[in-house]
Amino acid sequence: MQTVFSESPVYSAIKSVDFLVALNQETVDLHKEELTQGAGIVFEDEGKIDASSCKDNCRLFPVPLKRLASESGGQEIVSNNVALGASLAAMGGDLELLLNLITEDLSSKGEEIVKINQTAAKAGYDYVKENFSDKFEPILAPHETIDKNMVVNGTDAVAFGAIAAGLQFAAIYPMSPTSNILHHLAANQRKYGYVFKQAEDEISAINMSIGASFAGARSMTTTSGGGFCLMTEGYGLAGQTEIPLVIVEGMRGGPGTGLPTWSEQGDMRMILHSHQGEFPRIILAAGDSKEAFELTMKAFNLADKYQTPVVLLMDKNVLDDEQTFPKFDYENYQINRGKIVTKTESQYIRYEVTDDGISPRSFPGLGNHVMANSDEHNSYGFSSETIEDRNEQMSKRLRKLDTCAKEDMEQPVLYGPEDADITIVSWGSNKGSILEALKDFPNLNYFHISWINPFPAQAVFERLSKSKYLLNIECNSTAQMAGIIREKTGIDILDRLLKNDGRPIFPEEIKAKINSILNRK
Amino acid sequence: MITQADLSTPYFPNWCPGCGNFGIWAAFKNAAIASGWDNTNTAFVAGIGCHGHMVNFVKLTSFEGLHGRAIPVASGIKLSNHRLNVFVFTGDGDCLGEGGNHFIHACRRNHNITVLLHNNNIYGLTTGQTSPTTRKDYKSKSTPDGNPDEPFKALNLAIAAGATFAARVYSNDIAGLSEMIIKANKHNGMSVIEILQPCITWNKECTPAFFTDNTYKLPDTYDPSNIVSALEKTLEFGEKKIPVGLFYKVEKPTAESEFPQIDEKPLVDTPPNKKDIQNLLQNLY
Repeated sequence: MQTVFSESPVYSAIKSVDFLVALNQETVDLHKEELTQGAGIVFEDEGKIDASSCKDNCRLFPVPLKRLASESGGQEIVSNNVALGASLAAMGGDLELLLNLITEDLSSKGEEIVKINQTAAKAGYDYVKENFSDKFEPILAPHETIDKNMVVNGTDAVAFGAIAAGLQFAAIYPMSPTSNILHHLAANQRKYGYVFKQAEDEISAINMSIGASFAGARSMTTTSGGGFCLMTEGYGLAGQTEIPLVIVEGMRGGPGTGLPTWSEQGDMRMILHSHQGEFPRIILAAGDSKEAFELTMKAFNLADKYQTPVVLLMDKNVLDDEQTFPKFDYENYQINRGKIVTKTESQYIRYEVTDDGISPRSFPGLGNHVMANSDEHNSYGFSSETIEDRNEQMSKRLRKLDTCAKEDMEQPVLYGPEDADITIVSWGSNKGSILEALKDFPNLNYFHISWINPFPAQAVFERLSKSKYLLNIECNSTAQMAGIIREKTGIDILDRLLKNDGRPIFPEEIKAKINSILNRK
Repeated sequence: MITQADLSTPYFPNWCPGCGNFGIWAAFKNAAIASGWDNTNTAFVAGIGCHGHMVNFVKLTSFEGLHGRAIPVASGIKLSNHRLNVFVFTGDGDCLGEGGNHFIHACRRNHNITVLLHNNNIYGLTTGQTSPTTRKDYKSKSTPDGNPDEPFKALNLAIAAGATFAARVYSNDIAGLSEMIIKANKHNGMSVIEILQPCITWNKECTPAFFTDNTYKLPDTYDPSNIVSALEKTLEFGEKKIPVGLFYKVEKPTAESEFPQIDEKPLVDTPPNKKDIQNLLQNLY
């Protein structure tokens, strides 16, 4: 686990390590190349850990972690709090704060456990205070005022955003890295009154959610790329039958089982193109947890308004990585259910042909004869293969995307100065690493794209045409976003920084790339 | 009061003359008229196969979904609005081939829905290949040398998987089928009716004469509450030995009853409203 903290906002994980806690030799070996000049290392003194191979000027804090844990009345497992206390002392932190956090975190396990862990933390703290006072670096000195922030990851953001947006039904089959969304939904369903059902597979999950939506419930399902492959058939069913549905797809490394616990941005093309034939699909991508929260809430309104599937694409890094944010604000959110028929009509026409492509939606049980038909159909929903019905219904459905582009599509966001030496173009979780890297380059900017379909082609064209130098950054092998930009705008971004090893793209890697461009110029 | 006219659509069935689907169509409409099923209280879901066209011939709220996926769609409808009578029309290929996994899990969960399983022992719409219920050694377009696979016994599978109502009726026994559909809908739980159905075009063995000659009614003395004798009965099949009637019926909690949040009224009776999530966010500090 890695934690980054700073007095200014932190946007991403970084590659370098300023302080390492090593409970075993593997940790030292894995991270020694990442240590910065003067990095501190807390490690087991009475074990077989050898930290001598670390850089010469590292500050070594050998601490008898297991012995202090045992003397505190705990098993080896509380060594972690000994190490935490030791690290805190080395960084000049306030022990009281740590003790309070231990109480907060462990109080549900009983007073005895809290006491053991607090004693362990204090033992580590005192040991370092007594033995290594010459090696302190007091970077954790208490501040008088601190803005309190949430510590939130993407799964929290999606689940809580969905609940806030009035979620009524979710059927989900578990799959990393989205399972934590279903854990939240399962735990809170009785309190908030929606229904969560674990399905037997992803095919059932999406079809159940479609059935619920047909019945009138605000519906969603979540999965990862592999599960989405099974949902592909239901994805197009929702498009063809014009059933609103929110799908959250958490991307991990593929193909096959791939890299189940690592990140990749390899699924954008799949979400854009999967399923036979053509239907309107709205695709959004979140750059961080705050965006995930807002886009989740928006996705429900878009699905209801356009009566079609809306996919929120998430990187595993956004789903799993905790980041601090001020409390999410949803005060101005209003539920929009679109064109709903609220009374029995003498002649209800489910798939009525309209200028905006959106037809009136009525729910079962009201009295209207409501049809959802995956066969091509006429405006009432009866199966029809006539040329006229086919042309009318097909263009009606696809017209919804034009309406969406006009009425709801959002433009990409530009971070940094209007006029820049290099414009970076990217999407998803790379946002954090790019913003972190740009702290060192005030005359560069970043163009962040979160609407994948419909695509803000005009805005992208205008921005990229104005830029002096373009750099595309993506966590995949084939530059999928750059491909879409070329397809939609004709602009080919020639310089690319691509990474597909599952690890996050680090700010250090981006800075090195930027420097190589600047040195070349 | 619902009439035949209320249920009729501008379309007449495109099934082959003599198809067993006509009997099922008539029986279902008669059941709807007798029970008052209309667009204020009923919805049905069909899969893909000849049966799937049913949506075009009955003017009740309906969903024609994907091959094999009718049951999950129906489960989602029932969980969201359990006030509705929810029916599934499905075929032997649809239910037991493409949708086999959904079928057994829906039985296990005991969704309060009624499944009408059109079993003609053949793929009709795709012009005559073997289905999961085609007998071993049967010669079809896909098995010109004889079917190498053993067939499923649909009711045996349903009961073993947890369905709480299992029955079999011959499609041309319109009155009997109508009565059974009403009984199945009244049952609180997953009801499966296997409908023996001739495919006069593609299955030359399972003809109307074959079913008329070889079916017999389960006697009045038969006890449908005993799972062991019910399972035993589902294994019986052959000349003069095809039982029809109610094989199994027990009361168990339904999938829908497991959610206290929909105890008082159906989920969709309260429109979605924006929720206050301050508590959830507060836990993140």
